[in-house]
Amino acid sequence: MSNVPADLKYTSTHEWVRSLPDGSVEIGITDHAQQALGDLVFVEVPEAGRELKVGDRCAVVESVKAASDVYSPVAGEVIAGNPQLASAPEAVNNDPYASGWLMRLRPASGPPITGLMSAAEYQQLLLSESH
Amino acid sequence: MRIHEKVIFEYSQPGRGATDQWPQELPASATGDLPQHLRRTRPPLLPEMGELEVVRHFTRLSQLNFSIDTHFYPLGSCTMKYNPKACNQYAMLPQFLGRHPLAPESHGQGFLACLYELQEMLKEVTGMQGVALSPMAGAQGEFAGVAMIRAYHRARGDLLRNEIIVPEAAHGTNPATATMCGCLVREIAVDAQGDIDLAALQSVVGPRTAGIMLTNPSTLGVFERRIEEVARIVHAAGGLLYYDGANLNAILGKVRPGDMGFDVIHMNLHKTFSTPHGGGGPGAGAVGVSERLQAFLPVPIVGLAPAGEGAGRHFRWLTERDLPQSIGRLSGFMGNAGVLLRAYIYMRLLGREGMSQVGAYATLNANYLLTLLRRAGFDPAYPSRRASHEFIITLKRQARELDVTAMDFAKRLLDHGFHAPTTYFPLLVPECLLIEPTETETKDVLDAFATAMALIQKEAEQEPEHVRSAPHTLPVRRLDDVRAAKHLDLRWQPTV
Amino acid sequence: MAFIPHTEADVAAMLAAIGVPNIEALFDEIPASLRVRSLRGVPEALNEMQIGRLMSERARTDGQPLCFIGAGAYEHHIPAAVWAITTRGEFYSAYTPYQAEASQGTLQLIYEYQTMMASLTGMEVSNASLYDGASAVAEASLMAVRASRKSKSLRILLPECVNPQYRRVATATAGNQGLRFEPVAFGADSGCVSAEALREIENEDITALVIQQPNFFGQLEDVDALTDWAHARGIFVIAVVNPISLALLKPPGEWGTGQPRRGADIVVGEGQPLGVPLASGGPYFGFMTTRMEYVRQLPGRIVGRTLDASGQAGFTLTLQAREQHIRRARATSNICTNQGLLITAATVYLSLMGPVGLQRTAAASHARARELVAALTRVQGVRTVFGGPYFHECVLALDRPVAPVLQSLATRGILAGLDLSETYPQLPNGLLVCATETKTSADIERYAQALREVMLSARAA
Repeated sequence: MSNVPADLKYTSTHEWVRSLPDGSVEIGITDHAQQALGDLVFVEVPEAGRELKVGDRCAVVESVKAASDVYSPVAGEVIAGNPQLASAPEAVNNDPYASGWLMRLRPASGPPITGLMSAAEYQQLLLSESH
Repeated sequence: MRIHEKVIFEYSQPGRGATDQWPQELPASATGDLPQHLRRTRPPLLPEMGELEVVRHFTRLSQLNFSIDTHFYPLGSCTMKYNPKACNQYAMLPQFLGRHPLAPESHGQGFLACLYELQEMLKEVTGMQGVALSPMAGAQGEFAGVAMIRAYHRARGDLLRNEIIVPEAAHGTNPATATMCGCLVREIAVDAQGDIDLAALQSVVGPRTAGIMLTNPSTLGVFERRIEEVARIVHAAGGLLYYDGANLNAILGKVRPGDMGFDVIHMNLHKTFSTPHGGGGPGAGAVGVSERLQAFLPVPIVGLAPAGEGAGRHFRWLTERDLPQSIGRLSGFMGNAGVLLRAYIYMRLLGREGMSQVGAYATLNANYLLTLLRRAGFDPAYPSRRASHEFIITLKRQARELDVTAMDFAKRLLDHGFHAPTTYFPLLVPECLLIEPTETETKDVLDAFATAMALIQKEAEQEPEHVRSAPHTLPVRRLDDVRAAKHLDLRWQPTV
Repeated sequence: MAFIPHTEADVAAMLAAIGVPNIEALFDEIPASLRVRSLRGVPEALNEMQIGRLMSERARTDGQPLCFIGAGAYEHHIPAAVWAITTRGEFYSAYTPYQAEASQGTLQLIYEYQTMMASLTGMEVSNASLYDGASAVAEASLMAVRASRKSKSLRILLPECVNPQYRRVATATAGNQGLRFEPVAFGADSGCVSAEALREIENEDITALVIQQPNFFGQLEDVDALTDWAHARGIFVIAVVNPISLALLKPPGEWGTGQPRRGADIVVGEGQPLGVPLASGGPYFGFMTTRMEYVRQLPGRIVGRTLDASGQAGFTLTLQAREQHIRRARATSNICTNQGLLITAATVYLSLMGPVGLQRTAAASHARARELVAALTRVQGVRTVFGGPYFHECVLALDRPVAPVLQSLATRGILAGLDLSETYPQLPNGLLVCATETKTSADIERYAQALREVMLSARAA
C-alpha cells in the first residue's frame, strides 16, 4: 500500500500539492505514481517564470518503460523547478513527498484553489482503481 | 558461452588500413582550391585496420545475433518467415545495383517492368484499385494512408474531419501516425471476445470522423468478425476505413481487405512478402487504395505508357504532373527500390497457387502451436477463438503464483535456442506472449518449441530463480536498462 | 514454391491435434461472403531457374551506362567485403534488437556506427538512422520545433539551393503538423544562399535554418557566416551534409565562430555514399546527429552501452520512452525502423576506409569533378554558371536546351547529368554534372568527345 500523507492535497492524475507558509505551493507526484512508473531515469521540470493554467503539462517523468506528463493542479507562476532532479531523478522514487518535489509555484491571484482531494479522498480513489 | 568482442576502435593502430581499397594518394594541390576556413582540421574518429581484421570483427559480431537463418523466431506481429536467398541474389544483379535513381526511363525498362507488375499483383491480392510503392516502411505507409484520408476530405470541402478512431489494442504507430498527420485520436474498447465494441464505435463516430484504423486479424490474434458492420457504421458517418497490413500474412489468399470494405491499406512487404528485416530495417510500406482515393496516392508510381506503334510495353514514372492532387513525395527518389525488387521476386516465385497457401499454412501452424501449448497447460487469452496466424497466451497465473513473468519465460526461451515471442504487446492483455510461427516452419520446430515451453513451466515451479535470472547461455546476461538510460553512453570515447 | 515444408503426414497430424477436418475449417470465423475465390491477376509461379533468367534479362535491358548524374545519390567504389558481411544471414535476417541478449551483434554495430557518425559530423550523439536523407530533413525540422524554446512560429527556412526533393518531402510529411517551409533565394553568381535574401527577414520569428553543404549545386556555402547569422537570432541550425565530403570539409559541429554558440544544432544527411549502391534510389539511410542536450528530442532508435547482471559491458536500445510503442500519440515520431542493414554496410565501409581512405576518396572525387568540368567547358557552347569552390558536382550551362542533348548522349551509353530547367526556371539551360573517384580520365574524355559531337550536330541541324 502506498504512502498518502494526511497534510497534502491530491489530484486524480496523482499529483500532490503542499501549501507553504509564504503562500506558494510545492508540487510533486505521489508515491503511488512513482511505484507505477518504476525507476525513473529522467525528469524534466519547468523553468522559473513560466505561467501555468490548471491542467497544463508542466513536467515529464520518464522510466525505461513509460514516459508520463505531469499536469499542473494549480494555476500560477513557476518559482522554481527542482534543480536536483536533472542529476538524481531517483529522488522521486526514494522520497516523493520531500526531496523529490518537482516544482514550486506562486498561485495566481483570484478565487482560492479548488478541485483538489483530501488524503482520505485520494486513498479512496486508489482503492477504487485497484479493483 | 561468453563471447566478448572488443569495440572496433580498440583494434585501431595508427598507420594501418585496408589500403588496397583506397584511391591513390593525390598531391595537396588536388584540393588546394578549397578555402581554408571550410576545411576539416582534425581527422574523424574511424578505426585504422586491415581488411581481414575488419572482416573478422564484423563476422564475430554477426555470430552474437539470433536471426531467422539460425533460429526459430516466433515474434508476434512481425512475420519472421524465411527470406528466400534467390530474392536477394537476383535483386543484387550489377545492373540493378548500378542504376542511378535519376537515370532516364530508357535505361530502366527492366526495373520499371518489375515494379509495375508488383503494383498489379499487390492490387490483386488486396482487392484495391491503386497501389503506390514508395513508402519506406510500414509507419510511412500508415502516414501516407492517413494523409490521403485527410486530403480526400479536404478536397470535398469537408474540413471538420480530423478525428481518427483507433482500437485500444492497436499498434503504437497508429495513434502516433494520426498525430503526425495533424489528427486527433479517439481510442475505443474491444469486448471480451476480442471484437470491437460496436456500441463504443457508434458513440464516437460523427461529423468529425476522418476514419478508423484497423488491423484484421487484430493485434489480439483474432479475426474481427463484424468487419462488415464496422465498415457500414464508419462509412455511414462519412469516415473512411484504414487497413493496417501488419497482419496481412494471416489472410493472404483467403480474404482481401478491399472486399472487407477498406478504403486504404498499407502492406509491410518485409513481413508478408518476405523481404529481410535487416536488424531493424529497411522495410517497405506500399499503400493500396480504393477508387475514390486514387488521385491522392503518393508519387512516383509506375505507369504504362499508351500503346505506341510497334514496340512492346513502355513504362514511365507518374509524378505530380500526372496526379496533381497527390499527397506528394515521401522519399528522395523511389522509396526502398531494392526491397521492392525482392518482394517482386518472392511473389513471382510463389505465384497464384503459392500465394493462396500462405495464409492457410500460417494459420495451420499457429492453431497447431496453440493446441500444443494449451495441452501443456498454458492459458490462451481468447480461449473460445480460433487463432489467426498468431495468438496470445497470458502468463498472469504464473506471475501471480510463481512470481515468474512473461519476460522471464521469454528470456529463458533464448537459452533453449528460440527467439522470444513478442512480450507485453498488446498492452491490453497482462503478462502476454504474442506468438507467430509463420508458414515456413516445420511441425518438428513447433513441437520442439512447445516442449521447451513445458520445460520452462516445470522449471518455474521447481527452480523459479533460474528462470528469473535467465538467460544463462548467451553472450551477455540481462542488461541494466535503468543504468543505460540514466548514464547515457551512446558513443565510444578513447580513455585518456 | 511457397517455402512451405509440410508433408502430407504433418498436415494430417496437425489437423487431428487441432480437431478440425481440414485447413479450410480454420477460417470458419470469416464470413463466407468475404472469401477469395481466385487470384487471377497473379501469374503462375516461376521456379528459381526461371526467375533467375527473367531478372537477368531485365537487368540486361537496363544496361550499365557511364553515369555522371549525382544530385543526391553518388557512385563510389564499394569494397567486396561490405556486402559480403552485410548479407550474412545473421545480419540480413535478424529483427529489431528488442531482445538485447540475442542481438548483441546488431546492437554493438549500431553503437560503433553512432560513434563514427558523431565524430564525422563533429556532434555529441547520433541516432541509429532514419529512412533516407530527404525524410531526415523533415524529421530534423520537427525536432527543431520540439527543441526550440524561443521560437513558436514553426517557420523553417529551406533555401532553394537545398536539394529540391528534400524540400518536397519535408513539405509533404511535416507540413501536416503546421510547419511552414519557406524558400530563400540563391545568389545568381554564387549559387549559394543569398545574404541579401536573409537580410530581408532578419527580424522575424523563425525556428530553424537549413544549410546544405555542399549544396544541391555542389557549391560550398559560407557555413560559418550562415551559422553565426542564425545563432545571433536564436534560430536553430540544421546542417545537411554529404558524409564523404566531411573527410575534407569542416564538420558541422565546428561551423561558425562560436558566438553566441558553436556549430550546427542538428546534422542530417543521406548516408548512401557510405557503401550503399545506387540501386534506383534505395534502400538508403538517413543519418542524424545532435547535441547531447537534445538527445530526448531525437526521433528513431538509439543504442547505449550498459552493464549486464554479472557486471559485464553490453549493449541495449535505450531512451525508448520517446518512441511510438510507448508514447503512442505523443511520440517524437511514428518511425519504428532504422535502416539497420544499410548502416551495417556503412559501418563496414567506414571501417575499411578509415580516416585516410575516406579522405583520399573525397579528394579523388573532388579532383575528378574538376577534371570533368575542365574537359566539358572546353567544348564550344558549354560554360560554368557559378563562381566559387564546389565539391564533386557543378552546374554547367549549355547554349541550348539540355533535354535533347541528354537524350542523344544516353543513346551513346552516357548519362550526362541532370537537366535543371524543370525545377529551376532561372537556370533554363542548366546541367548538373558529377564525378567521383570511380571515373577515369578515359571516361571523362569519352563524355567530352561525345558532347562535342552532339553539340556540333545540334548546331548544324
